[in-house]
Amino acid sequence: MSTPAIFAAVTGFDPLTGGEFLVAQNIAFAIMAITMLVSAVRMVTTGNVVHAALYLVIVLAGAAGIFILLGAEFVGVTQVLVYIGAIVVLFLFGIMLTKGSFGADDGVGGERRGIAAMVGALVLAVMAAALLDTFRDAELSRAEPSLTADVADLIFSRYIVPFEAISVLLLAALIGAIVVARGD
Amino acid sequence: MILAADPLLVDGIDLTVVLIVLLKAGVAFALLLVAVMLVIWFERKLISDMQNRIGPALAGPWGILQTLADGIKLFFKEDLLPTRADRVVFRLAPYLSIIPAFVAFAIVPVGGDFSDGGDGTVSMFGRSTFLQVADPPVGVLFFLALSAVAVYGVMLAGWSSGSKYPLLGSVRASAQMISYEAALGLAIATVFLSSGSLSTHDIVVGQSATTWNVLATGIVPFGIFLIAGTAELNRPPFDLVEAEQELVGGFHTEYSSIRFALFFLSEFMNMITMSAIAVTLFLGGPAGPIVTQRVAWVWPLFWFFLKVMAFLFTFVWLRATLPRFRYDQLMDLGWKVLIPAALGWFLLIATLDVAADLGWPTIPVVIVGVLVLWGGASLLSGAVRKAQAERLEEADRGADETAGSASGLGEA
Repeated sequence: MSTPAIFAAVTGFDPLTGGEFLVAQNIAFAIMAITMLVSAVRMVTTGNVVHAALYLVIVLAGAAGIFILLGAEFVGVTQVLVYIGAIVVLFLFGIMLTKGSFGADDGVGGERRGIAAMVGALVLAVMAAALLDTFRDAELSRAEPSLTADVADLIFSRYIVPFEAISVLLLAALIGAIVVARGD
Repeated sequence: MILAADPLLVDGIDLTVVLIVLLKAGVAFALLLVAVMLVIWFERKLISDMQNRIGPALAGPWGILQTLADGIKLFFKEDLLPTRADRVVFRLAPYLSIIPAFVAFAIVPVGGDFSDGGDGTVSMFGRSTFLQVADPPVGVLFFLALSAVAVYGVMLAGWSSGSKYPLLGSVRASAQMISYEAALGLAIATVFLSSGSLSTHDIVVGQSATTWNVLATGIVPFGIFLIAGTAELNRPPFDLVEAEQELVGGFHTEYSSIRFALFFLSEFMNMITMSAIAVTLFLGGPAGPIVTQRVAWVWPLFWFFLKVMAFLFTFVWLRATLPRFRYDQLMDLGWKVLIPAALGWFLLIATLDVAADLGWPTIPVVIVGVLVLWGGASLLSGAVRKAQAERLEEADRGADETAGSASGLGEA
């Protein structure tokens, strides 16, 4: 993931920006990318569920940082607000309510590690293929940071149908969860 | 790129600019620490007055140095680490609590002339700038994100202590904070509608141009913000997190020495930040009349200080006056009253905005809007009542069955 950054740092030439070399951005990106990678690996290897959730927080924070580095502030802050502030908090909440395990290892992992690794590799392959297919020759535009108003305009004009579809999907998931939890 | 709204950073960055930014951050940090010290003293003194006591009176004049004395004492106490604690997380948690409290204050404009269409710039060492540490274009979202991150401090402190009461306290706390964050966010969303911007500076400028948001949004969001903000701060009457009769000390029961002091500090710092954000969003920030031209720059600071003090007084007043909520009442208030009310009000304001845009007549739109809201509210309250009645009936039946089987056993 940090190959372009390392490549740029070594050769002094950044293929993503068409030749212009951004030192500070590349260093920041490299730091964040390496932190994310290490945390991601630790997340799946640690034996403690709460620690795994905390490593996940670091990975998500790194993603938010990269969004901000790209000038997409709204997406970056929303990443923190939604993923770190709500989703992982709910994970932790669930862990505490169900197991409440203190400190020691929970002996997580082991038996299904092979299948999990296979699924992970598959997802990586699909995403890599999609990204390469879409952005192979794309040049990163670094003209202007994306404004919140522009994002809002796009969501409520061009992408209104997917947006509403996702809203309905989330509502259905919510109602489904309540039905399952009540059991009647 | 991020801070481009500030005129200081528009044309190039040189050493002076860097030094000014560092100076602003340093002054804000120091002022916040001193303010926290004084606020703790203020709360103790005021609550003593309300309860017919004297309160701290020995350290310094009127006991004003009491907090400093307490801080020094805490600093030199033994730092205990419970045997069953998760060491790393236990040490990390106080910082997760205090850093968001500090950083959130960075987006609050504390001064600058906003009267008569002024844009709040001040000149500092020959550069013009805003009197706030940072003005990100997503300012208020940044505040919401930080208050979401602050949940981690409480949550992990409780979990990592490795003991029952802190765990229960932190589960309560996180549930409460997540629930009220939704209401808080929806109340703030109404402000976005009336200001048309997420940046705190633009929100203040917009308010000085027309009227304060507390009126522009129709008071209801302000009330919701106050209630949800109090709950978010875990202040009385929503301090179930540290209900000492039930939970000993709540999430920080196992903490001692300087780590406990950090939690204590962050609690009061959050109180100051929440007051400052409320002033910024609803009461026009530092806007106010410039009375004398001689030291004109003092007046915005003075008005800002006065408005924040009003909120701090209210928080202490609430603590002295109201009894603590029960947990089910807390959840009922958050989910069944505040969130629907905030959402409904948001829809009403949005409708009025659209009506003004399209030139529809105001009075019919208001009447139809209020009717629709009333219909929605009665539907919701009907559903809640029905669910409650059903649950009671079910509980009754369950009780009857157990009673019946018990008597049956007795006969056999």
